[in-house]
Amino acid sequence: MTQSLNRLKESASQTAGPYVHIGLTPNFAEIPGVYPEDLGISMVNDKTKGERITIKVRVIDGAETTLKDALVEIWQADADGLYNSPSEMRGAADPNFKGWGRKATDMSTGECIFETIKPGRVPFRDGRPQAPHITFWVVARGINIGLQTRMYFGDEEKANAEDPVLQRIEHKIRVPTLIAPREGNTYTFDIRLQGDKETIFFDI
Amino acid sequence: MSNNSPETGSFFARDREWQPPAFTPWYKTSVLRSPQKALISLDNTISEITGPVFGHNMLGALDDDLIHNFAKPGESAIGERTIVYGRVLDERGRGVPGALLEFWQANAGGRYRHKKEGYMAPLDPNFGGCGRTITDENGAYAFRTIKPGPYPWPNGPNDWRPSHIHFSIFGHGFAQRLITQMYFEGDPLIWKCPIVRTIPDKSAIEQLVATLDMEATIPMDARAYKFDIVLRGRRSTMFENRREGN
Ligand SMILES: [Fe+3]
Repeated sequence: MTQSLNRLKESASQTAGPYVHIGLTPNFAEIPGVYPEDLGISMVNDKTKGERITIKVRVIDGAETTLKDALVEIWQADADGLYNSPSEMRGAADPNFKGWGRKATDMSTGECIFETIKPGRVPFRDGRPQAPHITFWVVARGINIGLQTRMYFGDEEKANAEDPVLQRIEHKIRVPTLIAPREGNTYTFDIRLQGDKETIFFDI
Repeated sequence: MSNNSPETGSFFARDREWQPPAFTPWYKTSVLRSPQKALISLDNTISEITGPVFGHNMLGALDDDLIHNFAKPGESAIGERTIVYGRVLDERGRGVPGALLEFWQANAGGRYRHKKEGYMAPLDPNFGGCGRTITDENGAYAFRTIKPGPYPWPNGPNDWRPSHIHFSIFGHGFAQRLITQMYFEGDPLIWKCPIVRTIPDKSAIEQLVATLDMEATIPMDARAYKFDIVLRGRRSTMFENRREGN
């Protein structure tokens, strides 16, 4: 026997289930009056710095069907590349931008829409700049543990080409699954759970 | 718990053999919703080690009281009055202060207040089914509710969920984000449930079973169950090494 490290084990994940909206977006789930508004419903106000963008998200299963019961959260830096978090040591982020958003996918269309700003670049571990990106977390009935991925921006070709995370991906053919095309001010990000175009998910 | 300065280290690797795999065909919905390619390992960057903060000032007076937060004035939800309490810890055994916990559940008859819910058990007009709280400086939390009933669900021809409360937890980094479920000590349905059995390890399941605590029970009022939640631990500094070639 040797000394114990006294580590605990992370609690096991369980699916968010079909009624995740009751807990995380009760006003959306037509349970009014418990909270004034759903958390994470709006990300920007008139004072938020940066370029206003819209992100349209769909989560698509292995039968090409759009999930109508998914819940998506995003986390991103502000326009200057700073996170609104106590663990951000490089400076103070825009006080008018929390950087976090949460949406349920629409029960009829399966789409969810984030109104946000385009994030600035943040450094990789070795200091090189990463391309602008948004961190995604997706849960739903049938997903046993939340899926973590990233969205990159279709109009940032040069930054994407030198991004240290994208560069490390062995199967380059899969990189476009993380890049959302731009049309006007709208980016469309389809998250495919399975198939030839399965989105890259990260073990972070 | 005196050191409250923010931590910037990367998180311990998630134990993917302890956590449920994505593809668990006995839980049928997972079949078309499970990624089939390997996850790509990503050393945490600042995008993963940071996360949003939620202040206690966002909480309403009844957010942690599911017996009353949807009830008409003077009324209360029907069911076994229950206190759930515990701590949010990380894998190093340290309390996680300021963690946001959100929970949701069926009513005492096993019925959810949701459009897509079709179980014949009746709605309780005084029960909404959601609540939230934020841990204190030691990582402790508590809330009051009624014990949810078990319910049947369409998977196999006769599958029942054990009584359970869904939990969503925000720790200090977005990589710690977790959703899980709490079960109640002594429920025979736990070991028959296909969703519980997505977890490969028996002790990982037992870690999700809350213990009846008679000492924390309030006599003539509510029984108490203790439920601790563990989030990923983290290293002490972020830039402990650099890989070759970078
Ligand atoms: Fe449930």
